[in-house]
Parts: sequence; structure tokens; C-alpha cells
Amino acid sequence: MTTNSPSKVHITTTINGQQHELLVPGYMSLLDTLRELIGLTGTKEGCLDGNCGACTVSVDGRIVDSCLVLGAEVDGKEVDTVEGMASPDGLHPLQQAFLEEAALQCGICTPGFLVAAKGLLDNEPSPSEDRIRHWLAGNLCRCTGYDKIVRAVQKASS
Amino acid sequence: MVATFEPKTDYKVVGTRPIRHDGYDKVTGRAIYGGDMKLPGLIWGVMVRSPHAHATIKSIDTSAAEAMKGVFSVITGADMPKAPSKLVDLGEGNVNFKWASNKLMADTKVLYRGHPVAAVAAVDRYVAEEAARKVVVEYDVLPAITNVVDALKPDAPILLDDLVGDDLGEDVTNTNMAAHVRHEFGDVEGAMASATHTIEREYNMQMVHQGYIEPHNATALWDEEDRIKVWTSTQGSFPARTQIAGILQVDVSRVKVTPLEIGGGFGGKIPVYFEPIAALLSKKSQRPVKMVMERTAVFETTGPTPGARMIVKLGADSNGKLTAATADIWFEAGANPGAFIGPAAQCVYAPYEIPNTRIDGWDVLVNKPKVAPYRAPGSPQVAFAMESAVDELCEQAGWDSLQFRIDNASKEGTRRGDGVLFSKIGMQEVLEATKQTDHWNSPIGDAPEGKVRGRGIANGYWFNIGLKSSANLSVNSDGTVQLTEGSTDIGGSRTSMAMHVAEVLGLDAHDVRPVVGDTESVGFTDVTGGSRTTYATGYACWQAANNLVDVLKQRVAILWDVKAEDVDFKDGVFISNAESAKTISFKELAGKLEDLGGPANSTGAVDLESAGDGFGTHIADVEIDLATGKTDVIRYTAIQDVGTAIHPSYVEGQLQGGSVQGIGWALNEEYFMHEDGRMANSSFLDYRMPTSLDLPPIDTVLVEVPNPLHPYGVRGVGETPICPPIPAIANAINDATGKRLYSTPMNAGSIVESLK
Amino acid sequence: MHPFAYVAPKTVSEAVSVLAEHGDRARPLAGGTDLLVKARANVWDLDAVVDVKNIPELMSLSINGAGLSIGAGVPCCQVYEHKDIQEQYPGIIDGASIIGGIQIQSRAGLGGNLCNAAPSGDGIPALIAYSAVAKISGPNGNREVAVEDFATGPSRTVLENGELLTSIEIPKPAANSGAAYTRFIPRNEMDIAVAGVGVFVQLDSEGKKFESARIALASVGPTPILAQKAGDSLAGKPVNDESIASAASLAKDAASPITDMRGTVDQRKHLVEVLTGRMLNQAIERARG
Ligand SMILES: Cc1cc2nc3c(=O)[nH]c(=O)nc-3n(C[C@H](O)[C@H](O)[C@H](O)COP(=O)(O)OP(=O)(O)OC[C@H]3O[C@@H](n4cnc5c(N)ncnc54)[C@H](O)[C@@H]3O)c2cc1C
Ligand code: FES
Ligand code: FES
Repeated sequence: MTTNSPSKVHITTTINGQQHELLVPGYMSLLDTLRELIGLTGTKEGCLDGNCGACTVSVDGRIVDSCLVLGAEVDGKEVDTVEGMASPDGLHPLQQAFLEEAALQCGICTPGFLVAAKGLLDNEPSPSEDRIRHWLAGNLCRCTGYDKIVRAVQKASS
Repeated sequence: MVATFEPKTDYKVVGTRPIRHDGYDKVTGRAIYGGDMKLPGLIWGVMVRSPHAHATIKSIDTSAAEAMKGVFSVITGADMPKAPSKLVDLGEGNVNFKWASNKLMADTKVLYRGHPVAAVAAVDRYVAEEAARKVVVEYDVLPAITNVVDALKPDAPILLDDLVGDDLGEDVTNTNMAAHVRHEFGDVEGAMASATHTIEREYNMQMVHQGYIEPHNATALWDEEDRIKVWTSTQGSFPARTQIAGILQVDVSRVKVTPLEIGGGFGGKIPVYFEPIAALLSKKSQRPVKMVMERTAVFETTGPTPGARMIVKLGADSNGKLTAATADIWFEAGANPGAFIGPAAQCVYAPYEIPNTRIDGWDVLVNKPKVAPYRAPGSPQVAFAMESAVDELCEQAGWDSLQFRIDNASKEGTRRGDGVLFSKIGMQEVLEATKQTDHWNSPIGDAPEGKVRGRGIANGYWFNIGLKSSANLSVNSDGTVQLTEGSTDIGGSRTSMAMHVAEVLGLDAHDVRPVVGDTESVGFTDVTGGSRTTYATGYACWQAANNLVDVLKQRVAILWDVKAEDVDFKDGVFISNAESAKTISFKELAGKLEDLGGPANSTGAVDLESAGDGFGTHIADVEIDLATGKTDVIRYTAIQDVGTAIHPSYVEGQLQGGSVQGIGWALNEEYFMHEDGRMANSSFLDYRMPTSLDLPPIDTVLVEVPNPLHPYGVRGVGETPICPPIPAIANAINDATGKRLYSTPMNAGSIVESLK
Repeated sequence: MHPFAYVAPKTVSEAVSVLAEHGDRARPLAGGTDLLVKARANVWDLDAVVDVKNIPELMSLSINGAGLSIGAGVPCCQVYEHKDIQEQYPGIIDGASIIGGIQIQSRAGLGGNLCNAAPSGDGIPALIAYSAVAKISGPNGNREVAVEDFATGPSRTVLENGELLTSIEIPKPAANSGAAYTRFIPRNEMDIAVAGVGVFVQLDSEGKKFESARIALASVGPTPILAQKAGDSLAGKPVNDESIASAASLAKDAASPITDMRGTVDQRKHLVEVLTGRMLNQAIERARG
């Protein structure tokens, strides 16, 4: 194990169902790994310190702020981003609900909210309004006041 | 002569809620925002920033940074073109190139913490950041001014040696006061002396930030033809072009700005910060350079809206009529002049008819970031003061505060504090609607043990600007229409533009495909700001659509071999005046254009006055934990005259978003400054904007008093909703605890303090 | 951010040797929610981060007759989703479930919270109240330190060069005991404690008398504080408002906060008193079952 130079780390990771082999610098965030190395810019940067949730992705089914994960850490793991939500059959119900409920204004927070909300609905198909508000507290939106976002998540839940 | 329009009700598209055209890209992560920009050979730029709020620069040594592997170029203040002192209007606020340039990169002196002193371009962001840390700067630290009171003391350190202040028309030098303005009408002193009830109070507010989630960014390429191409998230590509060209001292036509998707602005993305710097780095590196701002720098160096000190005095007669008012307003401009005292004067008394008024406003420099427009800049501050004072006056005199607001409401013909007379406005309608809301008529309910509840209301106002917009249309052979317009889209405006066109042409909203053009593909368009976009750019779209109808009538005339005057157009169908049975639909005609003269295009261009005055009233219910001072907003309703809501979902969204920004401002948000001028809470963690868990649903009531100045009655709506929340919450807290707070933020600590 | 190498050892001894080699230029990486923020803000210039999440020992979470053992790399979400912990250690849940938001809780752990040694660490007061012990491995072998002695100042701990926290051991609470933690924050989530209070109470079999109590405070001193006197004052006292109020007042005396952007000295002391009262009542309720 060499630790003297900030050498790159070889990782194999599944991103939106697709396997990727990558060489990532040890210090590179998962956010930059996605955006800069793979070109998946749907995951957004808002703060780089875990406070806005714009960079939310799912790692092995748990939502995380990808700015506070190193790319090297996802070796052998499954990463899901907003780009993986829709299928050839169409949008994910959450994406559809966000459109119908006008749950985005500028839209910069939207990928993070969608991935976070999916993390909730995948485990709890019919959360209460309070539960939704609690679950989404790690995602900041400055445009909407959250009202329509919460309604969209309610609409997409069963 | 300004055109006026009769109100209509039989709309087909206006007032419906189609899915926004850009929505699919935005929910799938495909939309390209400024930070997503990629170009061949792209390198990254990073700023070197001052750790001090006020200091002279003794020396800058860039050699270690320049020697680093992967570094392309380094620039300092010495590389900045010398921009002359020239004031240019940007729609919402204006810019002086000299100061704008100095704000971007310090010359000999730093004026606020984070003030850039150099910039580095390197192969990637990580290398650029490391290199930036290797630039060595020596400073002589000066005492920092952090509030208006200290700034105006006779012995205060002076920020700008060459500032000539304007004190009611007189030049003053050696000052931190950039301007002092006054508006006075009637016999203020006499009316105040004879008033039955008077109240005089001082209010103080800290700076707050717009808090958009997307940091500032820019990508620039200064190419071998000496042309500067810029890709950026901006609220206006043309005003950005004006600023970039002015700061770099080149002709506007040498700058092309391509607006990428923008992640929020609220006024804060009207000024440019990175674009000229990225361009200069690009010129030196011969590569496109991208810059994305760190969140700390977003707080420390961009945005804030002025902190304020305000003294408001009101006088009323025994019948509950306001007779006199005075307001003294000191606003923090930050490190350069321009603190929105003009708008504050326009807004302070606007919801009320008051015969005798005086306003004095001061624009004051402090060692903080230069303020930028933030949603109704200046108005939320004066609304906090005015609406708090109104409630306290009512309390003193024993008047119902909603009835008082109705009895004194401004209306057509009322004179605003700065002298302008109102045309058709909806303040009274809004207040009447407020009275009818379920919220107003429902009891607040009992608080759990240890807590108390209270309800507050307040008015708010923004004048809404008009200005210049352009739009182009062309017909596709399948009967759809391509729309190119110049307003960058922050909240679904593309769709509202398409709806303007679709309404005229009798098409479905989705048959019009809107794109936001760059500065070389559409005519001049002012900022997306000032609540003007749907009004003015929508107007341009309406005009372009009508022009297109005229073009198409000519083609129908060829087809039918009649005169164009004999062709009529209604609900998407062309009709012959001569033979009423003869018709052809828009879609059918589109398919035949090939043989009828070819491409059919049109254009719309407007330069408009105000987008119609916007009035709102909000109702806030709060619940307060008496032991900790924790305040929760438990119910909230925003009522506003929106003219005509083109796409009601996005109008509601404006009301909701503005309300929540106001709630954050009221309760927790502030620039918490150390004495030396450093901001203590420059992260989202400590700046504390509301999360979803801090809020109830935000109910909205759209009152529609059509604006006679717009073909569909559109009024600006985006800014008014941030004005009432702060006083509504102040009034609610007072209702709950019996204690009134005179400063923001009205946080837990100050509530507990007030209860002692 | 200084560029650093990423190392992912599989054993404690490997981790210890890398850490020992680099001194303060290397740090363990658990959830990274403090570490990566500090590295990015140039608080530290690191040459290497040592990911502890591939060391099975540090990822184990076990509960048995002796107590609860939380591996130093276990994230909060695994702690608060654990049914047995929910039942037997509600005070631990109170802390673990409020650190950051859901995204943060997927990564952040109590081990990292303890090692980060922020005065405001929300995980720490409950651990202190439960009399938890930190297990440490280093170049010179293993040792144990009481959690209240672990932090020695803001961002400073008892850990020596090359040492690693391996787990936190929480003794099994006796019958008729209860614990609780809360903090005051201006928002409802995603915020740093203005003041926090964790308590553990042991009642007599009727639930009418305190046998013993421990009260610990966050954000009101350079480290989380064990308010020993306040807790001890309850031993033998009847369970009533008066005992609670006097313990709360002693807890307030134990607080030595500063004024900063998050709160003033007065506000923080006041909050300690209020929250101590509330948490004692909550713990009593839990003790009574
Ligand atoms: C948005 C956000 C919100 C937050 N909210 C809260 C909050 O509400 N309450 C709160 O208390 N904290 C909060 N934090 C801080 C942080 O999440 C917690 O302190 C968390 O518990 C740290 O755990 P971690 O596993 O992420 O630690 P890491 O960041 O991995 O490590 C923290 C420190 O401990 C060291 N370390 C880690 N593991 C070991 C080990 N095994 N042995 C020795 N040293 C080790 C690291 O080197 C580092 O110095 C928040 C952070 C963010 C970004
Ligand atoms: S960018 Fe990761 S949380 Fe803000
Ligand atoms: S829609 Fe703009 S931040 Fe959420």
C-alpha cells in the first residue's frame, strides 16, 4: 500500500445500473467523479459542505451528499443519480409529479430532491406530510417555499 | 401615448397550467446550468481573496503560484483595464463601471472580506485552488466599518477616498455617505402636531442574502479574433454583456453572452462577478476558463440586501385616518454606493393614502460586500418598519388593524411617497379578499402548554418595472411555432411566453416551442428581474404573435386571391371577410407556406413603463415556546393582486417562494459580523434558511385586478411577496407574547430576552 | 484543499501503522461529514485519509446482555434503525437521529462525532449520560477512556499519534432507568446545537425516587460536559418538580458557554436549565415505562 503520493485509486462501481471502471484521485469527491470524470452533470453543486442536498445521490440504496463522499469510497458499490430515474417507458412518477405540480422554479435543487424523495418512497410508499418534510430537510430549495415540492411527493406516493 | 387594454375573461390558454417546456430537461438532470459547462481544452479559474475587510495592499507575490505545475496564468488588479466612472442603468439598480471593476478585483485597497486580489487559472479546480493558496499578499490592516452609525461618525475611516457624496444636491467629500435624498409633500410638521395619535419607533435590520442554491459561475473564451464569448448563469444576458464590456473596456459587440440555465438569482445574479475575470484569464491562457464560486465567497462577496436603520413616525386623526408620516432611512450599501434608497422611498408608504409625508434616505458605505438587488430591493426593510408601526398605532388607539388598513388603503389617484400618482391598483381588493379568507375567519386554536400563539397581518408593495424586451417567431411547416426570446428563465417564464403566443395564435401552449436566445440571436432584452419578465417579454411575445398574424394574412390573401384586409383571424382560423364560409386553420396554412412566399417570421420589441403596481397582504400564525423562544410558523396565507395569472401554478410559486424568503429573513437569517468585518456565519449551516421542516403549507389567494397596460392584464408578481412576511411575523409575535421586536432577525434569543 | 491519498486498510493494525507513519498529516475517515468539510476548508492539510469502513471490527454493531457496542465507523442510520437499540437505548437514538439530515445520517456516525470533539456534538451527551467507554487501539496496544474524558478541547481528544477509536461500549442500563437527549436549535433540523442536554436516570422500583442520575451538556463549554454535581444531587431525592428544578439549576451552573453567532452566554445557560428539566421529565417517563 503506497501512501506517499496522492496517487489515483482504481475503482469499479455501478452507476445507474452501468458498470464503470475508473481511476480517481484519492481526494476527488463522488460529486466531481460523477460530474467531471463521467460527465453526469445532473447531480448539482450548491455548497460543497453537506448543507444543501443539491448533490444528493443514492449509494447502495441510501441517500448521501455526494460532495461529502470520496469517489474512491464507492468501489464495489451501486450509485444512482437523477439521470437513472426515468426509464424507456417514461419518467419516474416523482419526475412526472414534479412537472405536474410545478414543484420546480429554477430547478437547480430538483435533481437532489428527486433522488432524496425516491429514497423515501422506495422504503415508505405512503409517508405523511410531516414525514416528507422531515425526510427532505437536508435539501434546500430557495425558490418554491417547498409547498409544491411536498405536494408533488404526496402525489407520487401511493 | 401608452396603449391600454380592456379586461378579458374568455381565454383559451391564459390561466391554464401546462407542463413547462423546459421541465423534462430539468427533472432528468439534462438541463445545462452554468456550472455544467464543458468545452474542449477547458481550464479552471479560482480567486485569491482578502482575509481582511479593510486593508491596503502592500505587495502581491504570484511567483510560487505561477511556478506550479498545471498553472496557466495568474492575474492581479494590475491586469484590470481602467474603467471610467460611468453610471449605467441595469433595470433593477445601476452600475458604475469603475466601482464594478474595483469590486471584482481590488486595486490598492481591499474594502470587504473576500475582496479578490488575484486570480489563477490552472488545469483543474483542485490545482487552481492549491495555486491560489500560494499567492502571497501583504496587507496593512485598517479598522473596518460594519454599520451605518459608525460609518457616519466624523472620525470614521473613509472607504473610498475619491467618493463625492450627494447630500440633497450638495457635493460632500471625505465621507462614507454616497447620497442623501428627500421627498416631502404637504405640511408634515403641522399635520403631525395636530394628530390625535402618533407613534415613533426605530427599527434595525441586518444584511441578508438571496440564498440561491446555485453558486455564481462563468465560463469565458477570449479568442484570437479578439472576441469574448461568455457562458453564464445570469438574470440578463444583455445587461451582463453591458457590464462585461464596460469593465473590460471593449465594444459590446465584441462580447457574446450565452445564458445557460440559472439556479436562482432573486436579483443577485444581475451583477457580474466572474465573467470579466474569466475572460482576462482566458486571454492570458489562450484557453476557455471556467469559474464556480465557493459558497463562503457567495455569502462574503456577493448579494446581500442592505442592512438598515429606520425611524418611522406616524400620525392619525381620531377617526382612524392617517394624516402624516415621516421616515428616516439609512441603508448599508456595502463597499460601493448604491443601497436602494430610491425604491425604499417609493415603497414605504405605498399601501396607504397619507396626505402629508416626508422621507429622508441615506446611502452609506460599510466594509461589507456591495449590495445587490434582492427581490423588491429596499421594500421589505421599509415594510418591516411601516407595517410594525401601523400595528402599534392601532394597538395604542384600539383600532382593528385590518379595518385600519382598509380605511387607509391607497387607490387610483393616491400619491405615493415619492410623488407618483397611482393608476388602477388593487390594494383595496386585496384587503377585502383578506377579510374573506378562511384563514382570517378561522380561530387560531389553543397552544399546547408552555406555548402561545399569535396572528399578524401586513401589507407589501413593489412597483414592478417595465423596460425593454424582444421576441422572434417563425412558423414550422407542421403548424407549430418557434419562439426565441431574450429573458433568461428562472422560474418557468419560457412557458408563460409561449402561452402569450399560443393565446394569440389559437394554438396549444405546447405548439409553441420557446428558447432563450443569446445576445447574438435575439434583440436586446433587459433583466429577468423587477417583476418585469412576464409583463414586458410577454408583451413582446404578444406583439410578435400579432405581427405574425399580419404576415400570415398576406399569405392567405395570396392563397385566396383577396386583399389582406379582407382576411380575418379568430381562434386559430383565418376567415374571409368576403366569403364567410371560406376558412383555413393556422396549422393547415403552415403546411402550405412553402408555396405562399416561404418562411413566415415576425418579431416583437417593446420598451415599457411600469409593469403595474403590485400589492399584497399576508396572514401569519405563529406558535412560540415561551421558555426557549422557538417560533414556528403554523399557518400562512399570501393574498396578492396579480393582475392576470398567465400560468397560475408559477404565480402561486412566486407568492410561496417570496413568503418563505421573508419568513427566513424575519426569524433567523442575518449577516452575523465579527467586529473586524468578517462574516461569522458564511455557510448554509449557520446562515439558516428555512428547510421544509420549518414551514407549514403556504396558502395563496390570487386576486386578479387586470393591469390595463398589458394586453392580458399581467402585473408583476415576483417581488411583492417578500415584503409582508417580516412585519406580519413581527405583528404575530407581538400578538402572541405582548412584546414587540424592533430588529431582525427576531430569533429565539431576542424573543426570550423580550420576555424577561 | 491539499491533495491527499486515499487508503483503505482492512485491519486495525494496518490503519494504525499508516496513521503512525503520517502523524497529523493523516486522519481516519469514517463518514467524512466533518473530515471532508475541514479538509476542503483548509483547516487541515492532509497527505492521506484512512478509510476505516473496510475494517470489519469498526463496522460492527452488537447488543447483548453486557451492553451495546457501536463500531467507530457505524453510521447513525444503522444505529437508529436498530429495533433493540430503539427499545433499550432511547437516549442514544435521540442523539443519533438528529445529526444533520437524512443524507448526513447515512454517513455520519457516533464514532466520528466523538472524535471530531465539537462541543456541540449531539451524539456525545447521551453517551456520557449512559457512562459509555471509548475503546482505542494504537501503536502501543489498546486502552479504554470514559467518554466524558475523551475530548480535551474543541477538536482535541485524548487520541495520541497513530491511535484509532475502535468502538464505543455502552453498559446495559439497569431496570427502572431511562435516558433522553435534546438540543435547542433555531431551525428544526440541519442545525448546530445552541445548547444540548442528555440525561440518564435510575429510579427505585416504584419509580418514585432517584437512585442516581447523570446529566451531560453540549455547546456550553470547550467540550461536552458531565454536570456531575447536578446529576449527583438527585441521588436519593424524590421524583418531583422541586428535585428536577434544583438539578436543572445546578446544570445551569455547570455550563460555561461563550457568546457567538449561535447564542449568548445568558441564552445558553437559560437553555441548559430549561432543557435539563425537560429531559429529566422525559427520562423519568421512559424509566417508568
Ligand atoms: C450538514 C451537516 C450537518 C451536521 N449536523 C450535525 C448535527 O446536527 N449535530 C452534530 O453533532 N454534528 C453535526 N454535523 C457534524 C458531523 O456530521 C458529525 O460530527 C458526525 O457525527 C461526524 O461523523 P463522521 O462519521 O462523518 O466523522 P468523520 O468526518 O469521518 O470524522 C470526524 C473526525 O473524527 C476522526 N475520526 C473518524 N473516525 C475515527 C476513528 N475511528 N478514530 C479516530 N478518529 C476518527 C476524523 O479523522 C475526523 O477528524 C453535521 C455535519 C454536516 C456536514
Ligand atoms: S453540494 Fe453537497 S450538500 Fe451542497
Ligand atoms: S427551484 Fe430553485 S432552488 Fe429549488
